[in-house]
Amino acid sequence: MQQDNQSEFCFHCGEPVAEADRLPPRYPVTYGQLQRTTCCTGCQAVAQTILQSGLASYYEQREKPADRAAPLPDELLAQLRLYDSPELQASFVKLEPGDRREAALILEGISCAACIWLNERHLLSLPGVLEASVNYTTHRARVCWDNSRVQLSQILLAVADIGYRAHPYDPGRQEALRQKERKGAIARLWIAGLSMMQVMMYAVPVYLAEPGEIGPTWLNLMQWASLLLTLPVVLYACQAFHQGAWRDLKRGRLGMDAPVVLGVWAAFIASCWATVTRQGEVYFDSVSMFVFLLLGGRFLEGMARRKAGEAAESLIKLLPAFAHRLAGWPAGRDVEAVPVARLAVGDVLLVKPGERYPADAQVLEGEGEADEALLTGEARAVPKQPGAMVIGGAVNGGTPLVVRVERIGQETQLAGIVRLLDRALAEKPQLALLADRVAGWFVAALLLVAAAGWFWWHVHDPLHALPITVAVLVISCPCALSLATPAALTAATGRLAQAGLLVTRGHALETLASATDVVFDKTGTLTHGRPTLQAVKLLVADPSASNESALRALAALLEAASEHPIAHALREGIDTTGLVASDYTNYPGGGVEASMGGQRYRLGRADFVATFCSAPLPEEAQDWRHKDTVVWLASTTQWLAGFAMGDAIRPEAAALLAQCEGLTTHVLSGDALGPTQAVAQTLGIAQLKAAALPADKLAYVQALQAQGRRVIMVGDGVNDAPVLAAANVSVAVGGGAEAAQAAGDLVLVGKLTALGEGLRVARQTRRIIRQNLAWALGYNLVALPFALAGMVTPWLASLGMAGSSLLVVCNALRLAAKGKAGGQ
Amino acid sequence: MDSLYLLIPLSVLVAAGGGLLFWWASRSGQFDDLEGPGHRILHDDDKPPSADKDGDAID
Repeated sequence: MQQDNQSEFCFHCGEPVAEADRLPPRYPVTYGQLQRTTCCTGCQAVAQTILQSGLASYYEQREKPADRAAPLPDELLAQLRLYDSPELQASFVKLEPGDRREAALILEGISCAACIWLNERHLLSLPGVLEASVNYTTHRARVCWDNSRVQLSQILLAVADIGYRAHPYDPGRQEALRQKERKGAIARLWIAGLSMMQVMMYAVPVYLAEPGEIGPTWLNLMQWASLLLTLPVVLYACQAFHQGAWRDLKRGRLGMDAPVVLGVWAAFIASCWATVTRQGEVYFDSVSMFVFLLLGGRFLEGMARRKAGEAAESLIKLLPAFAHRLAGWPAGRDVEAVPVARLAVGDVLLVKPGERYPADAQVLEGEGEADEALLTGEARAVPKQPGAMVIGGAVNGGTPLVVRVERIGQETQLAGIVRLLDRALAEKPQLALLADRVAGWFVAALLLVAAAGWFWWHVHDPLHALPITVAVLVISCPCALSLATPAALTAATGRLAQAGLLVTRGHALETLASATDVVFDKTGTLTHGRPTLQAVKLLVADPSASNESALRALAALLEAASEHPIAHALREGIDTTGLVASDYTNYPGGGVEASMGGQRYRLGRADFVATFCSAPLPEEAQDWRHKDTVVWLASTTQWLAGFAMGDAIRPEAAALLAQCEGLTTHVLSGDALGPTQAVAQTLGIAQLKAAALPADKLAYVQALQAQGRRVIMVGDGVNDAPVLAAANVSVAVGGGAEAAQAAGDLVLVGKLTALGEGLRVARQTRRIIRQNLAWALGYNLVALPFALAGMVTPWLASLGMAGSSLLVVCNALRLAAKGKAGGQ
Repeated sequence: MDSLYLLIPLSVLVAAGGGLLFWWASRSGQFDDLEGPGHRILHDDDKPPSADKDGDAID
């Protein structure tokens, strides 16, 4: 801690501080009587705000450093003020009596619990803010304020002051519906659980006591109490089963829900009858326990799916809340702010640099670039000329564009992606469908058997006919059968999510387990997809190693303050200690210029450097590595060196290939044969196809499938979209591209090796599901004859049912437990 | 034994009360954020911020 005043890393964001900004500290803050260095004005301002507001313990409590805090551009500051107009607020601010207002905000930059604490405290310290609470799970803040004392823009600004970004957020109708469903599911689960516990209280004494020990009056009283408590379970908690069974029945099928509903009602009505007539057994405890276990399984399953689908929600915030409309275009140029929700097709908009396009639109005027990385995964900026289409949600590059709105609302590409995701989430796993089908037949058979049993007993022993039939239904109720698959899938999904592999489509795990071939895309999948330094060309008279390292250090120094990927590549592994540069000038799109040792240097694109250096670019350097990105370093009089940036193989790729043992591996690439072969050789992949267009990749995979192979396709979800869709199961290498989620059945957010883990878990899951199904079916087949013979008492029936379900769930939990052991 | 005439119906009422409580809790958003409060309590200040703010309000 003593040396913190000279730390190499920013006190606030933890990124390396450029040498020039460190000795002496250019952006100091004082914390704990010591001077600390920060990396830029943004971080300095944020750290000062936090420390001066008395929130210093954020720095003790946090688990991760914050994001680098860029100061808000003036443009955005002006935009924040627009949020104060009541017209714009209409869509997302709730008006309450007096001047009280309430709004939901999405917070960007939250990484740990300390961030939540910091935001809440800072907002609450603003005079006029009445309530502020941040949801840890969804990163959404709910803020109430007194409009006469504080404006919304001040609140948003306060969040920006401490280094986060807040966006007002308009929860859509669908979102509200989902929330309501979730609340309903929790309430039903609780009520079933509570009822189960209480009914068991009445049931256990009866089971434990000798027959006749409890007086018939008390017995009946307890039966009536059980009946009352089971009523809400049957009428309220079972709603989902009723709806499901009715839906299936309308389509002429016997689904999983039908036997559940039948079993519940048969047992319930029989028990009611026994209670009223004071003879026969009651099964209220079985009913409530059965419903609770089923609801619990469904709730866990739904939770895992929602987690996988949170990306869909984060897509919503890509659209800005309002747009600048040019009402009188082309004659007038007056800009008015309108909420995006009120845009119409044909509206002409001005999109400023750095803003997101509010809708799919056509460029009318201006030439610029768009960053569509979040939507298509394409990392490079896409040039846009008049006539080109821009995608709503993408970021406009350096120049203002005039665009005409072409598609709005549900018709935009962004909405399409969200729909795709929703569909994927709603899809039922193939295995669960199979279990449903099996259960359907099983249930039909069971009903027939139960009916036959009732008939036989009715003839031979009418008094015991109903209790025996109910015992048959209860003991062989398909509880375990219906839990077998979802429980295993849920456990596996949770374990893989921890490892960094999200399952977004139901069939994914099953297909993964049975795959025979795995096809990799090269760029961005097996390689980093971002530049690393590949080669250096020295243009100085003495190309010695010491000269090379000196020039590399110079280049790293020049790029010390830049966030560009190329700057990162140049800085990687270079020690610039002892070197000082000054007078940095950054030329966006060109490069950087700075002074060192009294000499001016430029580093950047050839044409940019050429306008500075008096000498022409040497002949030998003209065509050097023209396929790679090359940056050049020159002084005013001499070209010094060229740095070629290329794509390197990910370090964990070899480990992944080792895990794919037993599968045939292939690599596909749009790249030339040379680099593709190099990658394939390094990793030991035998099958390869280079220079493949998206259509070629598709044909390659389809040819494999025609031979009866089941193909896993691993790609980065950009140009691979068609082939990902065609493969039996696809893995999108996420890297933050939310759109990839739509294309992939699985999304890899962690290391590549998580895929190997996925393969193993998928096989294990298949095994466990089979065990579960075999057990559930076997148990039912064995228990059925005993129940039919009238040898099963009610407590034995409930115990058998519960034990069978528990066994299935515990077996499934082995999947999750192993994950923990493996993670340690 | 006669007390059971009172106790059994009472247990039904208590359970029903519990059920209503859960129903209300889930409706009013008690289960919306299952992780946050656990962390929040660790970061609690000795001095509640609302006290500061009341001071502001008087100003």
